[in-house]
Amino acid sequence: MMRRTIPLFITAFVGSILVIAYFIPHPPFDQLREDFSIFFDIIAAVAFILGGGNLIRMHGNRVSRREKGYGYSLVTVIGFALVLVIGLTKMGNPDGFRNSSVTAAGSYFDLAYQYVFRPCAATMFALLAFYVASASFRAFRAKNVEASILLLVAFIILVGRTFVGAWLTAWLPPSLDFLTIPYLADKIMTVLNFAGNRAIMIGIALGIVSTSLKVIIGIDRSYLGSG
Amino acid sequence: MKRIVWWGLLGLVVLVLALRVAGGEMRSPFADLQGFGVWFAAFLTLAIVSFLYNDNPIYRFAEHLFVGVSAAYWMVMGFWSTLVPNLLGKLWPSLTARWFMPGLAEQARDPLWFLYLIPLAFGILLLTRLLPKGGHLSRWALAFILGTTAGLRLIAYLTADFMGQVQATLVSVAGYTPALTPGGAGVFSFERMFWDLVAVVAILSALSYFYFSKAHTGAFGRFSRLGIWVLMVTFGAGFGYTVMGRVALLVGRVEFLLADWLSVL
Repeated sequence: MMRRTIPLFITAFVGSILVIAYFIPHPPFDQLREDFSIFFDIIAAVAFILGGGNLIRMHGNRVSRREKGYGYSLVTVIGFALVLVIGLTKMGNPDGFRNSSVTAAGSYFDLAYQYVFRPCAATMFALLAFYVASASFRAFRAKNVEASILLLVAFIILVGRTFVGAWLTAWLPPSLDFLTIPYLADKIMTVLNFAGNRAIMIGIALGIVSTSLKVIIGIDRSYLGSG
Repeated sequence: MKRIVWWGLLGLVVLVLALRVAGGEMRSPFADLQGFGVWFAAFLTLAIVSFLYNDNPIYRFAEHLFVGVSAAYWMVMGFWSTLVPNLLGKLWPSLTARWFMPGLAEQARDPLWFLYLIPLAFGILLLTRLLPKGGHLSRWALAFILGTTAGLRLIAYLTADFMGQVQATLVSVAGYTPALTPGGAGVFSFERMFWDLVAVVAILSALSYFYFSKAHTGAFGRFSRLGIWVLMVTFGAGFGYTVMGRVALLVGRVEFLLADWLSVL
């Protein structure tokens, strides 16, 4: 009962209320819809605390057991603790604790963002440029028509959105403008890419609607686990 | 031998950097916090890029530091931007105003403030997952999250994504561009109508590929094959844009190293 029935009831109750609230935009339903959205944000913020707690538990165990590579776990724990303390205490904020935002320019938290978080995140994503290129070279070899179309379109988009695209086809006469790479890139983006995205969006919407219904009705119970 | 070459190269780089700092051509890491920050950011950037050569301890240091810092960053942001104003500010406005947010002092307590005990309770239940026993109580909070997500997304996707997209597709074939200003005249063109028709055929063919209640043979099979090509164009365009975005980020990091750190740009 405690493990499965109550969670199923909570999901069904909350989900149904929110669906009903859309069709009855009057008190108390309209207010409930707004309130539940805020409640969701609050619980999601608590989930960040849960994530941090899990991280510390996992890396803390590694450090306390002196497992292989525990020094790196120590770096994680120290980095986490340091940013947490300076963020929660608003350390170094120019206007003090009460009168300023945690992200105020010049605060230690802002420095941690500017000089640790941002460079790391940007460089990690920048690295993906190399890996995406090498992985695609191996995966998307033009073995058939579909793979060839994908590669050709990727090439036209990559070249067509830079000055190289215009330069490569600048010799074409004005009557053949529709064959220039920038024109092709534009039509691919505004017609075919748009059409494909729209079809995918319609498919995703139908999938989400059916999955949401299954969750609310209680057919999909995978989130409860097996215990 | 290889190691000696690496250490020699590193020593040379350090020497050049030291000479440039001494000559005032670069920011010193010991001048102020910003100077130290720029040097540390450059070190982290190079440490992560070093993974392109091979996995190494410097990369792993940067990777683990990033994990710890980003977890704390999002936790702090969640605390100050959501928990303080939306939970503490609703339950204990005067206390919150006195200690955290002076702006709240003028606001009266919400008459339905007790409703916010619900997310507080669910939040505490969610944290029971960290306890050795009683972790199953966190499912209640999870159930609330799932119910809210399902209830909100069901309506949002049905109205905006499904109905909205179908409606926009059908309206667009008129070949008519609406006026930008209220009361203004719209513009009709055959070219627009042609491309709109191409788009509609492309959408229908792409959708037909996902229709599994009929065998993909004959005319329908050929139509759904056209849909695969449309999807391939979409994936190719997405792939091209992703690579462009990543390269732009890489250019940004190189610019940071050359301009902010080395001051050679």
